[in-house]
Amino acid sequence: MALARAWSVALFGVDGVAVEIEADIGPGLPGVQIVGLPDAALHEAKDRVRAAVRNSDEGWPPTHVTLALSPAALPKGGSGYDLALACGVLAAADAVPAEPLRCTVLIGELSLDGRLRPVRGVLPGLLAARKAGLRRAIVPVDTLAEAVLVDGLEVLGAGALGEVLGWLRGEPDVLRLPPETTAPPVPTGPDLADVLGQPEARWALEVAAAGGHHLLLTGPPGTGKTMLAQRLCGLLPPLRMDEALEVTAIHSVAGALSADAPLIAAPPFVAPHHSTSVPALIGGGSGVAKPGAVSKAHRGVLFIDEACDWGPHRLDALRTALEEGEVRLARRDAAVRYPARFQLVLAANPCPCAPARDTDCSCSPNARRRYLARLSGPLLDRVDLRVRMRPITAMAASDGARPEGSSEVRQRVCRARERAVQRWATHGWTSNAEVPGPALRREFRLSPRALGLLDRGLDTGAVTARGADRCLRLAWTLSDLAGEERPDADHVACALDFRDRRAA
Amino acid sequence: MGTGVNEKSGHNKKLGKDGEDLAARHLTNAGMTVLSRNWRCREGELDLVLTDGQRLVVCEVKTRSGDGFGTPAESVTAAKSQRIRRLANLWLSAHHVGWCVVRFDVIAVVWPASGQPRLTHFEDVF
Repeated sequence: MALARAWSVALFGVDGVAVEIEADIGPGLPGVQIVGLPDAALHEAKDRVRAAVRNSDEGWPPTHVTLALSPAALPKGGSGYDLALACGVLAAADAVPAEPLRCTVLIGELSLDGRLRPVRGVLPGLLAARKAGLRRAIVPVDTLAEAVLVDGLEVLGAGALGEVLGWLRGEPDVLRLPPETTAPPVPTGPDLADVLGQPEARWALEVAAAGGHHLLLTGPPGTGKTMLAQRLCGLLPPLRMDEALEVTAIHSVAGALSADAPLIAAPPFVAPHHSTSVPALIGGGSGVAKPGAVSKAHRGVLFIDEACDWGPHRLDALRTALEEGEVRLARRDAAVRYPARFQLVLAANPCPCAPARDTDCSCSPNARRRYLARLSGPLLDRVDLRVRMRPITAMAASDGARPEGSSEVRQRVCRARERAVQRWATHGWTSNAEVPGPALRREFRLSPRALGLLDRGLDTGAVTARGADRCLRLAWTLSDLAGEERPDADHVACALDFRDRRAA
Repeated sequence: MGTGVNEKSGHNKKLGKDGEDLAARHLTNAGMTVLSRNWRCREGELDLVLTDGQRLVVCEVKTRSGDGFGTPAESVTAAKSQRIRRLANLWLSAHHVGWCVVRFDVIAVVWPASGQPRLTHFEDVF
C-alpha cells in the first residue's frame, strides 16, 4: 500500500479541528513534501520525522513521499503533528499495519532520537478529536494526566516512536495507561484571618466573592490591599467540572500546566506586573494569537496592583473583555476567541506620595486629582465595588478575637452563590455579575419603592445607565448574602454607596 | 597530504566510472541505445544520453560506496535537476534534434568496497 492515513488536530485558540494526514509514497527521487499550508515548524517536521524514524531502527522510504494535511486551506503550524506524520509514512510503506490508525488521534513532537516530546494544547486538541468522532488518542507520556481529563476517549501514553510502532504491530503493554485519577489537591492559599482590621474592605471582598463583582481598593500603602486581593480566590467556591476544563484548556494552550496535576480546579489568580504589554494582557502574538493574562484569569481573579501606575492605555484595553467576557483576536492565520470572564480587582494608592495617614499628604490637590484620574471613567463605571481602606491605628486592637478566617466567609459566599445559581438556573447564568441588564430591568424588576433612590441617581447624573444595571446586580448579591427573596430599598442604597465616587 | 586527496579522488573517479558502466549495461540490456556518454559542454556534463526508439532518455548516474552520507539518489538536488534539464536542451541543439519527448532518469548505484553493486533505477523523476 502506497497510501496511508493518520489523524491529528490543529488548534485555533481553544477550538480545535481534526486534521487528516495522508502519506503517499510515490515514484521519484527521495524527498519529502508537506502540503496543506504548513508553517516553519511544520516544514522542519520532515527532517525531525525522518531522523526519528531512522533512529528508531526503521527504514525511510527510498522514493518520494508526499504528506497532505487536510483540510488543506487551513493554515497549520507547530510540532504536534510529528507523531502522526511518522506513523502515516511507515503505514504507507507497509512497515506497520494501518488499520489501528483509523480512529486514533496522534499528538506529539518527535526528537531526533525518536523520543516523544510533550506539546501544548493536548486537552483542547483531544476535545476536538472527540467531537470529530475519533475514539482513541496516543499522546506523549508527560501529557497523559492532562489527556485523561477528556472522558469518552481511550487515552494511551507513549515515551518514544518505537513504542507506538510496537503498539501498531500488536505488541501488548508497550503503551502506558493513564494513572488512576486522584482528586486535585485542596488549594491552601493565604487565609483571610491574616488581615488586620479593615471591616468595610472585608465586607466588600465578601460581596465581590458572592456575586462575582469587580472591586477597587484604594488606600494608603501597607494597609493590606494586596493581602486582601490575594485572599479573594480563597473565598470563591471551587470550579465546576465544565469550568475547570475551560480554564485548563486555556492554560494548556498557554503551555502553563503542571505535568502531574494538570486540572485547574480552583479559581486562578493572575497578577501581572504594571510594566506588562497590551498583547501580554489581552492576548496576542504572530500567526495565531496566544492567550493573555485576562484569559488565564478566566473564572478567576485578575489583580491589577498599583492600578494608577498602569496608564490608561492598558487599563482601557480591559474594558471590552470586562463587558463581553471574551476576547477576539485576529492575526495572520486565524481569528481566535478566548474566554475571559474574570473578576477584576484593582488596587491603588490615593496619591503619589501615599503617606500612612492621608492628612500627612504633601501632594498638591492638582497632583492628587491627576493621579486618580489615571483610572478612566469608563473603566471605573464597570467596577461595582469601590472601597477606601483605612490606616491601621493599633496593632493591639486585634489581640483579643481572631479575625474571621477564609473558611467561615467562604461558607456564606457559597450559600449566597447557591441562591443565585438556583434563581438564574433556567437562564443559564451562574452568578449575579453575568445577568444581562435587560433581564434585571424586565423579568426580575424590583418594586418602585426599592428603585426610587436609583431613579433619583439617574436623574441627577450620579450614575450612568450601565452603572444602574451594575447597581441592581450588586443589590441582588447583597440580598443573597442576607438570605432574602428580593433586594429592597436598603440593598439598593448600599449598592449605590459601594459605587460612591469618593473612593476613587 | 595532497597525495592522500588525489588517491581518494582517484578512487572516487574510478567508482563513478564503474557505476556509469554498470548503468549503461543495465539500460542497454533493457533495450535502449546509448547516444552519448559523458557528453561535455561549457555548462557541465551529461552522464548518459539514450533512446528507447521513441523518446530521449537523459540519465544521471550517482555511485557511492555506502549509505553513510545518505543514499546516492538523495544527492540529486533541485539545483542539480535544473542543471541537467538545461544541459539536455543544449544537447538537443548541439545534435540538431528538433522537438522530441525527453525523459529524465536517475540511476543510483551503491557499490561497497567488498561486495556486489546495488542498482536502483528512478524513471521519469523531474
